[in-house]
Amino acid sequence: MSHVLSFLTALPVAGAVLAGLAGARARMIALAVSLIALAGSVWIWFSVGTVGRMVFVERSVWVPDLGIEYHLGVDGLGAMMLVLAALVTVISLFASRSVLRQPGLYFGLVLLLEAGLFGTFTALNFFHWFLYWELSLIPAFFLIRLWGGPRRGPAATQFFVYTMVGSVALLLSFLALFVATGGMDFLALAQLASTGELHRLVEAHLGHLEMLLACGVLLGFAVKVPLMPFHTWLPETYAEAPTAITILLTGAMSKMGVYGLIRIALPIFGRELFALRGELLTLAVLTVVAGAWAAVVQKDLKRIFAYSSINHLGYCLLALFAVLLPTAGDPARTLSASAALDGAILQIFNHGLTAATIFWFLCMLEERSKGALLLDDFGGLRKKVPVFCGLMGIALFSSLGLPGLNGFVSEFLIFRGVFPLAWQAATVAVLGLLITAAVILTVLQRVFSGPLRDRWSAMPDLTLTERVAVAPALVLMLLLGLVPQILLGVINPTVLHLIDGWRF
Amino acid sequence: MLAWTIYLSFGGALLIALFTQGRPQMARALALVTALGGLILAVLAFFTQSGVAPIVDAAWIPAMGIRYTLSADGISRVLVLLTGFAAVAGVLFSWNIDRRVNEFFGFYLALIGGVYGVFLSADLFLFFVFYEVAIVPKYFLIAIWGSTRREYGAMKLALYSFLGSAMVLVGLLAAYAISGGHTLNLAALQQFAFPVSFQMWAFPLVFLGFAILAGIWPLHTWAPTGHVAAPTAASMLLAGVVMKLGAYGCLRVAMTLFPHGLDPWGWSFLGIGSWRAVFALLAVIGIVYGAAVALIQNDFKFVIGYSSVSHMGLVLLGLMSLSQIGLDGAVLQMFSHGVLAGLLFATVGRIVYERTHTRDLSALSRMHLSRTLPFAAWLFVLAGMASMGLPGFSGFIAELQVLIGAWAAFPVFTVIAGVGIVVGVAYTWRAMQKAFFSDAPAGSSPSALSLPSQELHVFDPITWAEKAGVVLLLAASLAVGLAPRLLLDQITPAVLALPHTLLTGGRL
Amino acid sequence: MTAAAYGNLFSILWPESILEIVSLVILVVDLGWMRGETTATRMRVASLLGSIGAVLSFAWLEMHVGIASVMGGALVSSPTVVAAQSCILILTTLVLLLGLSVRFTRNPGEYVALVLLATTGMMLVAAARDLLIIFVALEMLSLSLYVLAAFAKDSAASAEAALKYYLFGGMSAAFMLFGFSYLYGLTGTTSLSAIAASLAIAPLTPLALVALVLAAVGLGFKVAAVPFHLWAPDTYLGAPAPVAALIASGSKVASFAVLIAVTAALVPAWGWTATLLCMAAASIVLGNLSALVQSSVRRILACSAIAHAGYMLLGIAAHTLAGDQSVMTYAVTYALTTVGAFGVVAIVERSAGSDRLDAFAGLSARSPLLAATLLVFLLSLAGIPPLVGFWVKFQMFAAVLRAPLASGWGLGLVMLAIAGSAVSLYYYLQVLKRAYVTPAVISAPLKVTRLELFLLVAIAVAVVLLGIFPDMLMQWIPAV
Repeated sequence: MSHVLSFLTALPVAGAVLAGLAGARARMIALAVSLIALAGSVWIWFSVGTVGRMVFVERSVWVPDLGIEYHLGVDGLGAMMLVLAALVTVISLFASRSVLRQPGLYFGLVLLLEAGLFGTFTALNFFHWFLYWELSLIPAFFLIRLWGGPRRGPAATQFFVYTMVGSVALLLSFLALFVATGGMDFLALAQLASTGELHRLVEAHLGHLEMLLACGVLLGFAVKVPLMPFHTWLPETYAEAPTAITILLTGAMSKMGVYGLIRIALPIFGRELFALRGELLTLAVLTVVAGAWAAVVQKDLKRIFAYSSINHLGYCLLALFAVLLPTAGDPARTLSASAALDGAILQIFNHGLTAATIFWFLCMLEERSKGALLLDDFGGLRKKVPVFCGLMGIALFSSLGLPGLNGFVSEFLIFRGVFPLAWQAATVAVLGLLITAAVILTVLQRVFSGPLRDRWSAMPDLTLTERVAVAPALVLMLLLGLVPQILLGVINPTVLHLIDGWRF
Repeated sequence: MLAWTIYLSFGGALLIALFTQGRPQMARALALVTALGGLILAVLAFFTQSGVAPIVDAAWIPAMGIRYTLSADGISRVLVLLTGFAAVAGVLFSWNIDRRVNEFFGFYLALIGGVYGVFLSADLFLFFVFYEVAIVPKYFLIAIWGSTRREYGAMKLALYSFLGSAMVLVGLLAAYAISGGHTLNLAALQQFAFPVSFQMWAFPLVFLGFAILAGIWPLHTWAPTGHVAAPTAASMLLAGVVMKLGAYGCLRVAMTLFPHGLDPWGWSFLGIGSWRAVFALLAVIGIVYGAAVALIQNDFKFVIGYSSVSHMGLVLLGLMSLSQIGLDGAVLQMFSHGVLAGLLFATVGRIVYERTHTRDLSALSRMHLSRTLPFAAWLFVLAGMASMGLPGFSGFIAELQVLIGAWAAFPVFTVIAGVGIVVGVAYTWRAMQKAFFSDAPAGSSPSALSLPSQELHVFDPITWAEKAGVVLLLAASLAVGLAPRLLLDQITPAVLALPHTLLTGGRL
Repeated sequence: MTAAAYGNLFSILWPESILEIVSLVILVVDLGWMRGETTATRMRVASLLGSIGAVLSFAWLEMHVGIASVMGGALVSSPTVVAAQSCILILTTLVLLLGLSVRFTRNPGEYVALVLLATTGMMLVAAARDLLIIFVALEMLSLSLYVLAAFAKDSAASAEAALKYYLFGGMSAAFMLFGFSYLYGLTGTTSLSAIAASLAIAPLTPLALVALVLAAVGLGFKVAAVPFHLWAPDTYLGAPAPVAALIASGSKVASFAVLIAVTAALVPAWGWTATLLCMAAASIVLGNLSALVQSSVRRILACSAIAHAGYMLLGIAAHTLAGDQSVMTYAVTYALTTVGAFGVVAIVERSAGSDRLDAFAGLSARSPLLAATLLVFLLSLAGIPPLVGFWVKFQMFAAVLRAPLASGWGLGLVMLAIAGSAVSLYYYLQVLKRAYVTPAVISAPLKVTRLELFLLVAIAVAVVLLGIFPDMLMQWIPAV
């Protein structure tokens, strides 16, 4: 019982070994393992309940000299991340039907990546958190490198090196924190930060470096999310990665960055980030608007949704940076902050789900179009593959933020929270909403409507299997759009608990 | 017990050199047995001993107060263990040497014996004797069995080494004369209060002398050429243990005997106000420079050779941090780099080169090694990950401690070292992609998801000796990475027993 | 001088006398009975007799270790002197035996007799403590060597070597005699101890300085120190191998022994130490640098001999008991190693007809054991532990650094010397590289006689053992 999280993390590793040895049947094994993991994470999610604190805690000494402990635990946020990671992995595996070359390796790597995600979302000590954070990169790298598109080499390298730059900055900052405090436990550091002790310790041991350290940590996460202008690796990587892997990248891996900001950067460096609030908000707005605008000018569907992902995560960042305000003793502000944070966390899940589904559809489209994914390649598909277009439409509208679907709830909450806290930023960010709408509608129009091209006259519609496979995801979108309380009920206590501990 | 590692190695060397001419299989077997014996002794001692364990203390040259004194503390035991690993792996990876086999293993084991001796000596004279003994066979191993520009590489290495040891010898003689010429026992000399003005020049002299062998920038140039020229086993030993001799000497002799040499000068230029700052600066430059140069090499072995310079820079940086954690990290990094450099050289020099007969990255990129030699490809991925300091392997935990120590001492250098680490990631990844995962430039580029159609080279299968060596080294790195306490429990007490001033360096 | 005094004289001159007698016997035997035999047989008989003589002399010496002096201290015997003399005898024996198969002369009897005469001179030099005796003994040594150097009558190189050696030697002897006469004029005595006492209280005069410098010329020539070294490379190159070995070994030991004694007398005078140091520094630098560019192994050995002389001059200039002891151990072990090295060179020359570096190519394949001995000799000369060459350097430099007299210059010159020996590794490795790395041009096994191999291995083992157990050496050559 007490080792649930360890087991959950170990499960995909074991699955990876099995899949690696299984050769041609690897996909089945991987699917089975990932479904079990999904079940497990859902069970954890329901077990977390509305406590708001860490549960399923595991803690044992590892390297005492270095303040390293094996410390695991999840709260509402962590549990949601686990569910998301498991869900996205399942989607990705469903989508990777056409992997012919070295399937054992491919599915093994996917499962390893899942293990890395699980580990990252449950670790509470920097040491092994960083281990998972880094190790999840390796499978991602090879999945892109070995199965990606024509320019996969440079794309994979760019992805890896950019992320490593962030990681090293992160590492250095945490080592400095260790020098100052003698510990690397996230919760303990957050506790120190909330009393102002951390600031004093850093000052005493290292001098005026706290801003540098904060920037280091911020850089690590900003690259991963990404926050503009640290995003340049992303479009290339998303476009060159095999589409099934793009699902993982956008659905789960980019969320590691947002998660890190909430779990690590804000609690520990809230004070320093508060000092940078103006600049950070500007960048977040830039991410929202420019991300959306960049999507407008793209020709390639994968790139369009890559930029759209940047845009969507920009809302999360907007919310996170907007709440960088002292809230104590100000009920209105607390309310706004919790709404914004609720929205941001919900947005993580919703975007993960929606983006993964959209890319899944792209994956199916790619199979049917023999690799063509340019906007200009298509047109009038609605006539030929109506079911496909209808179902993908749902996902697209979710991404657009249509009320009744999941995307709307989280974006609404974010703007609801951000307006009172930073109205200028929120106002400009609305532009992003509009542009996104334009982008999505353009896609709908250019791909589904208009004259049908001859080359697609034989395109098959979704098979029954595909429909069955896709259905749960779409149902979930609808469900979350209509009854967001399913998630919010668990998230909100966690958010209140978090905000309670933050001091800016 | 540990003294037998020395006798065993020299005995084995003599036996092999004299009695196995024309019987290569016997020479190999004998070498393996000898090296394994050393490893077993090292492992036994590692797990059964703690603290300072005296081994032998006998009169040697009474007229000059020189004694034959061997003893081991935690640091020694860790490095002896490393030597054991490297020695066995080296024999396994030179199983395919078929020219002048008995001479090869004779020189090889003589070198190993010298290395064991250095790590165990507690008398400076003895230390120096072993130190030199370890250098000479190096020359022949490289010059006779090496490859690219072997004679040049070997000569350069020998001359740099001797330049270094000449500097050490001067300092050592001066220390002997100043302390009254009664003893050269390390512990006894440590008690002697050398005048600070003397330490101020003796320290940099001796430190630099040793640091040459540790590949300190800008006196590192022997290392890449030497590594490249050397046969695989020699590269492994060179990077794996011989460079450690230098770092060990820096710590054990230069820093321990002349701790006040690290004190501030009283004036500073551009923020550099002590030898400590000078060497830390050189170390950081080495980290970044080594990595940057590795990034543009086209010879696979040069990449690894320069990476050694970069990694040894971390050791020196850890030493200069003058804190318990930094010194711990430096020793750990010695172990880690010893194992990993060995592994990388084995992969590049033995497993790949012996099959493809080229180390040119562009040539390798046309061979699709990830499909024709998947073992080598994934091995390099693992070794590369470990070497670039990904968590889970020994390199990370060592880097972690060095950087923690460095943060407390020199934040600016630490950030620069961070840049070096990023460049380290870049060169490892670049080399890996070019060598193993390159896409076919010739022929049509097949769809990524389908099977390739062009013909592939067929290479010899991986031998048992190669597999055994790989497993040995990889397991060592992984074990230390996941359970660093294994080594730290030995290292930390030994570091704490160092002179007080070495542990309270504080902010530069 | 009375008969009793002559008897007394003999009490310490027995070893020299034995050599003299044996050399005459050899001449008689060789010229009287052996004329019909082949040169090889004659060589064998003569060398054997010579060796027996040397061994007899050695035995006498070792049985009479003690402190004695005759003629008012003009000739002395002490453990140090005995050690030097014993070593000279050993070297002579080795030279004779190793030279057995070297073909360079048709007159073996005369050759061996001259070697023994030269040895006598060396032994006298080592024991002499009076200016006149020193001069006479040095001349006895030199004259024999001049002739020996020219002994390969068919070889132009040998003639050139001898001529150079003779011209330089004659000139320097003249200078030295001139200097000695000034010393006598200044102090009124030829006894070294008396000169020391007198110089200690005498004011410094330009004349004294001139005397010192002139004396230094003669002695500097004998030890081949810069700037009196010019003869060495050509003589080492041209002289027959055994003779070159003798010049490089026994003669060196004797010269350093007397240099120690002379220094003890002259050190009170300002300028002697400075003169020695100038010579030392110049020798170290020039010797090592000039060796770098040589392509003949003999010349490499010659240039390195200059450098080694430089190191030893440092020890002499330190002028302490430990320093003198270290110079003797250095000279003795250096000589031993050099004889070994020349032995190998002679064998290679016999096969290849040349001592050029290329002639050594592939030596390790042609004769592994011979190559191994060469390895030991050259690494010892380079000062690599655990060989004896390292130990003596260590001992000497430590002594120099501890010498009160050396407080001003010790560290700087020791640094120079150590740097020099680091450089020396390069040229020694050049030889070893040929021997071990370069593939053989001639693949036929090298012809080495058993005796040669035995002797060389024995020397090599001695070099290793003395390096590992240097205490044996220090007890043999005590500090007093």
